[in-house]
Amino acid sequence: MSKQINVALIGNPNTGKTSVFNALTGLNQKVGNYPGITVEKKEGICKLPRGVKAHIIDLPGTYSLNASSLDENVVIELLLNKNDKDYPDVAVVVSDVENLKRNLLLFTQIKDLKIPTILVINMADRMEYKGISLNLDHLEEELKTKIALVSTRKNKGIDKLKELIATHKELSVEPCLDASSIDKAYFDNLRKAFPNQLLYKLWLVITQDVNFGKTDRTTFDKVEDFKTKSKADLKRLQQKETIKRYQFINETLKEGQSIDLKSAKDLRIKLDRILTHKVWGYLIFGIILLTIFQAIYDWSSIPMDFIDSSFASLSEWTKNTLPEGAFTNLLAEGIISGLGGIVIFIPQIAFLFLFISILEESGYMSRVVFLMDRIMRRFGLSGKSVVPLISGTACAIPAIMATRNIESWKERLITILVTPFTTCSARLPVYLIIIALVIPEGRVLGLSYQALTLMLLYLIGFGAAVGSAWILNKILKIKSKSFFVVEMPNYKLPLFKNVALTVLEKTKAFVFGAGKIILAISIVLWFLASYGPGDDFNNAENIVTEEYASESLSQIELEQKIASHKLEHSFIGIAGHAIEPAIRPLGYDWKIGIAIVSSFAAREVFVGTLATIYSVGSDEEETIKNRMAGEVNPILGGPLFNFASGISLLLFYAFAMQCMSTLAIVKKETNSWKWPMYQLVIMSAFAYLVALIAFQVLK
Amino acid sequence: MTLADLKRGQQGIITDVSSIHIPLKLLEMGCLPGNLVELVQVAPFADPMYLNINGTHLAIRKETAIHIIIETAHE
Repeated sequence: MSKQINVALIGNPNTGKTSVFNALTGLNQKVGNYPGITVEKKEGICKLPRGVKAHIIDLPGTYSLNASSLDENVVIELLLNKNDKDYPDVAVVVSDVENLKRNLLLFTQIKDLKIPTILVINMADRMEYKGISLNLDHLEEELKTKIALVSTRKNKGIDKLKELIATHKELSVEPCLDASSIDKAYFDNLRKAFPNQLLYKLWLVITQDVNFGKTDRTTFDKVEDFKTKSKADLKRLQQKETIKRYQFINETLKEGQSIDLKSAKDLRIKLDRILTHKVWGYLIFGIILLTIFQAIYDWSSIPMDFIDSSFASLSEWTKNTLPEGAFTNLLAEGIISGLGGIVIFIPQIAFLFLFISILEESGYMSRVVFLMDRIMRRFGLSGKSVVPLISGTACAIPAIMATRNIESWKERLITILVTPFTTCSARLPVYLIIIALVIPEGRVLGLSYQALTLMLLYLIGFGAAVGSAWILNKILKIKSKSFFVVEMPNYKLPLFKNVALTVLEKTKAFVFGAGKIILAISIVLWFLASYGPGDDFNNAENIVTEEYASESLSQIELEQKIASHKLEHSFIGIAGHAIEPAIRPLGYDWKIGIAIVSSFAAREVFVGTLATIYSVGSDEEETIKNRMAGEVNPILGGPLFNFASGISLLLFYAFAMQCMSTLAIVKKETNSWKWPMYQLVIMSAFAYLVALIAFQVLK
Repeated sequence: MTLADLKRGQQGIITDVSSIHIPLKLLEMGCLPGNLVELVQVAPFADPMYLNINGTHLAIRKETAIHIIIETAHE
């Protein structure tokens, strides 16, 4: 640990910053959270020449140090706080060769903080294609920095970058812009009041609306003079600052960069003519969505069947191999079934994230924002709500966090409130198993009925989200200014490494995040199902044997009767029976009731719960699905999971707010318990009502 | 005229931006007096507008575009 240096990767969105991070760290990276806030923190370790080790932080993408969101605050808070353990020894600003001018704005700001700064000019492979040539020596001299020309796509320039990081001590810390040139009188005053402070840093602290913790903020409160400028005046100065920075950049690029427009080719224009077209644009978006759902369904069925049967055999094998006893039962029936309930969804979740990350990486997602903004606004949402609503199909938690770049508070609040209606990956397990049970196989126009049902459920989710947004837009009386600025990045072929790492990381997050809850609940449920109070449970063998003494039952039949008697009088059976009156009108029995109650912790628990409940007392090797298909409705007779109860259950899960983690994140993002409580009560009541109507009509 | 009056494919030069109505972020992305702006594409109902300002491609709403004063550029 002797020679480890801190490196901060900073850059505009869409500059390939994450590709550079991936190229530097490879698999030596981890994703966590900044303390106290839910901004994702990516960090990794990179070995440099000369035995130096670098701790690299991939900071959230930002266009400037003037933060307008929580994510961007992270960048400025770190750069202003020298005492932070992650305070960079060297900053690496990543820019895109095609947008050098705009990217350099952030670069000049960082330079002015007197942090040693390296400039990465990324996507160098596009230079020829775009007719761009650079005079690197001139740029290095004017910008007072060292430049690494990098192409992560062609894997070029990374070694040079590592070399530059290792020799960061040689970098100049001279600023690009003299801050006092923004407004001489004002800054002279500032200098007099705080002679030991960096002017630009003071200026940032004054103009930012963020809480900088210990960073100098308190010193300002003592000197009120510097708050006398009105907000409008300050903004005018910021505009002046921006113009000055661009003057400097333009001057620098005049000799540092030349673009031969004649040899430039532009695929963007051709693609945008179709992809953002008034008719074709929407049609193509629809086809892409349809393809995704068909693929999730068809492609993942093979690995899923394999996982399902593997876990069933593993559970069976454990039971037969280990000595009989409570521990073996816990392992085979509680833990292994519970784990199976998690692992089985990995293929689908991986596919979903594969598609989402390809859409993001390619630049297509911004076109969707553009296409959808006007339509979404009619419902009180923003075009930017499309990204949360689409990523909500993976998980509502990151989706709600993704609302942070929606500028208007009202649009953002509505997006947060309705996002849990979209079909998240946790609902997928429930949908898949019920669809498999109650929707017949078969195809129409090459699309399977089951895939179409799934697509319909996703549409219902979106419909509920948009519909409730429309109502909220009418009810909520919030005045807020809405700004809408979306960058339309260049189209890029997604990098395999980036996509693969995203899929890996998100799947891991699901398995370990949701997995922990599922596993814990599975174990608790196993205990509740394996033990019970009173004579009815503990003396089940005698009671059942006596009851059926006159009938000549085979040994297996008798054992099954005993098991089901035990289950019915276990703790869980008693609880299930208690709530049965409330759910019987929906077509469910007490076992489904237990599964529903436990899925208020997290929806994906549903299947695991049923797996745990059903496998108790069973000696045969059976998969969850077969077990469920064999269940009989105790009152109506016939299969318990028939068309009516299946549809009712699907609709219940489509609308109910069953996820503690989502409620927690909504509380965090809205800063009040009011909104998550509304979500819980209203969504769940609505779900009950719809499920009730569906079952009563269809039965 | 304002940016909102531009037709698809037309170009203009920004002459003034009303900084109270325009987010700083937009200024920082290059929406500043003197810069060239082109209307690349419009969504249905001409809103939002897909612009190329000074080499940066971005989309803004019409309600923001009316606060950006331009002159048509003559070839």
